[in-house]
Amino acid sequence: MPVETEELKMTEGLLSFIEEWKEKPGNLIMVLHRVQEEYGYIPRNIAFELGKILDVPLAKIYGVVTFYHFFKLEKPGKHKVSVCMGTACYLKGGQDLIDELEQLLGVGCGGTTEDKQFSLEAVRCIGCCGLAPVLTVGNEVFGKLTTDMLPEVIAQFK
Amino acid sequence: MAVKNYILVCGGTACESAKGDDIYKSLLKEAEAQGVADDVQIVKTGCFGFCEKGPIVKVLPEQAFYVEVVPEDAKEIIAETVIKGRIVERIQYQPEKGAKGEAFDIDNIEFYQKQYRIVLRNCGLIDPGKIDEYIARDGYAALEKCLFDMKPDDIINELKVSGLRGRGGAGFPTWMKWNFTKQVEADQKYIVCNADEGDPGAYMDRSTLEGDPHSVIEAMMIAGICVGADYGAIYIRAEYPLAIERLEVAMQQARDYGLLGKDILGSGFNFDLEVRLGAGAFVCGEETALLASLEGNRGMPIPKPPFPAVSGLFKEPTVINNVETYANIPAIINKGGEWFSKIGTEGSKGTKVFALTGKIKNSGLVEVPMGTTLREIVFDIGGGISSGKKFKAAQTGGPSGGMITEENLDLPIDFDSLTSIGSMMGSGGLIVMDEDDCIVDVAKFYLDFSVEESCGKCAPCRIGTKKLYEYLDKISKGKGELDDLQKMKDIGAAMKKAALCGLGQTAPNPILSSIDNFYEEYRQHIEDGKCAAGKCKDLVRYEIIADKCIGCTVCARKCPVNCIEGERKKPHIIDQDKCIKCGACYDGCKFDAIIVS
Repeated sequence: MPVETEELKMTEGLLSFIEEWKEKPGNLIMVLHRVQEEYGYIPRNIAFELGKILDVPLAKIYGVVTFYHFFKLEKPGKHKVSVCMGTACYLKGGQDLIDELEQLLGVGCGGTTEDKQFSLEAVRCIGCCGLAPVLTVGNEVFGKLTTDMLPEVIAQFK
Repeated sequence: MAVKNYILVCGGTACESAKGDDIYKSLLKEAEAQGVADDVQIVKTGCFGFCEKGPIVKVLPEQAFYVEVVPEDAKEIIAETVIKGRIVERIQYQPEKGAKGEAFDIDNIEFYQKQYRIVLRNCGLIDPGKIDEYIARDGYAALEKCLFDMKPDDIINELKVSGLRGRGGAGFPTWMKWNFTKQVEADQKYIVCNADEGDPGAYMDRSTLEGDPHSVIEAMMIAGICVGADYGAIYIRAEYPLAIERLEVAMQQARDYGLLGKDILGSGFNFDLEVRLGAGAFVCGEETALLASLEGNRGMPIPKPPFPAVSGLFKEPTVINNVETYANIPAIINKGGEWFSKIGTEGSKGTKVFALTGKIKNSGLVEVPMGTTLREIVFDIGGGISSGKKFKAAQTGGPSGGMITEENLDLPIDFDSLTSIGSMMGSGGLIVMDEDDCIVDVAKFYLDFSVEESCGKCAPCRIGTKKLYEYLDKISKGKGELDDLQKMKDIGAAMKKAALCGLGQTAPNPILSSIDNFYEEYRQHIEDGKCAAGKCKDLVRYEIIADKCIGCTVCARKCPVNCIEGERKKPHIIDQDKCIKCGACYDGCKFDAIIVS
């Protein structure tokens, strides 16, 4: 896990969630979801603390975090741009959207812009294939897109 | 005062993303403002299925079926349809046949005509956030029947008579699974619902959970009664926030009504449920991998047997079915296995929900009786190819399925017929491709997916998917050899036999099913270095036709690598060495002066 400069503290809400789940078998993934909800990713020192509370080795936490695509080890940008690469979106030009966004944001797929405003990622099927091709920025969905609509979409969040 | 009108607003993800919620709120506001709030009941329902034309608003009893509605339409809908009983023609759906403005029955529009709804029986009809509406439509009647009138063996028998097979992919008879678990002696048994819908391009389970969450909850309780389990877990993708929220609301309401928890309906039967989140791993759709994930581990499959029915979650006997399978069960208990067994084909009973997407006019969610032909789904329900071009292939089963060609369009679709032509039912994704899609490119897309999603535990899958991808990549770049096709077949055959789980065993299907049917297309890529669909970028050449080019300079300005040169008002030229084949010039040219070859 990358070393961070900022030292994060467990929040009250997170601690009480862990307390609630502590005794339930198979709780690790649910707790990690809660951690990511809190910080936007799984910070190393929080994972370390978590290991102590749940009595799970850090290596196991790292193993689980890296197995699942949903969990992130690095802090994402303020706005998360997720381009759907489900089959329907792919056939209707999902890849073109990614190519164009890479140009627009000046960052590769999976990366975060230098000003930490945007991160770009490809995701598998958001489940609204009727609107293909689709992307989401945060929780907002944009559908039936063409590449020339993208500057406008991004501008809304600048 | 009795309610005069019902307005049903689609609250499925696609419609919701397209401002469905704003429409709902605007309607409420307008009804209030125009003084008819007491006359009309406005309901946010589950998915109507007709996603292509969303957001959809239905007004009863006027039979208004409004499509592509925007929040600003609310005023007119209330003023015209609710108060005056008139249809707003501007947004009313226009069936292809029939004159404009002619009245029609919603059930008779082409999209719904050939459908038969069991799983989606309540989707688009009830408010999924209100348990009373579910109960009003026979909800929890099956639970009551199972608690007081039926013995566990009667439940098994009813399922056996119905012929229900698991809808997750492989089609294993549901009664057998339940019976295995029932027969094992154990202190603790579990009921698990697989809602980890990972197939890209499929959203049946999501829509079912969003539109009718109680049907799955009720079915899991019935499974609990049948096998003697008191705890269930719904394993759902974290990417489905709306479905998770509606499930949690539904579970809370069931608890408040005494339908979930201790001593249900005074019967002495205890059952409780929990929602557990997946975290984006396709392999977790495989049941043993899913159980590993539920236990908080990396989601890797283990060899079977022992089957989960005997040794599953925390090594205890576990019934595990997917959302669609469960959603069928209350209907089977209420109406009887006999009734269910009359729908469908000899080997596959009931209906199947498909997420119809790709190059299709009416993309959306469709439920048809087993045995319906692909032609009926694509052309009658789906309205044909959206681009007006020719149908090329349809893929069922996502990355695990095969490509179905035109000659098999009339094959009645069921579990066995699809397997016989090298595809599989899968979870229900149905993706339609037209002439603009390149088979090599699509196969490569699926293999790329499988490479990424392979958990890496067994060598046939870990190495096999990677090798297959490499061959396809070579072919798509014009560097393939004819011999590669045979090598891919050999690797594919080995994977089918030796891979540990369903992911690896089915990953070669997109290639194996297309090599023979689209041999000519593979050969063109290899021998002629050509991609007829123009999708394989390394094989594509953009050229400017000098006679048609008027020298407007648009292409030169659009080119991101400045490889187009030429003077104003004189034909331009593309420097092929520098061209990155992005197609920006082609899209930008208004004079059709650029061709792809």
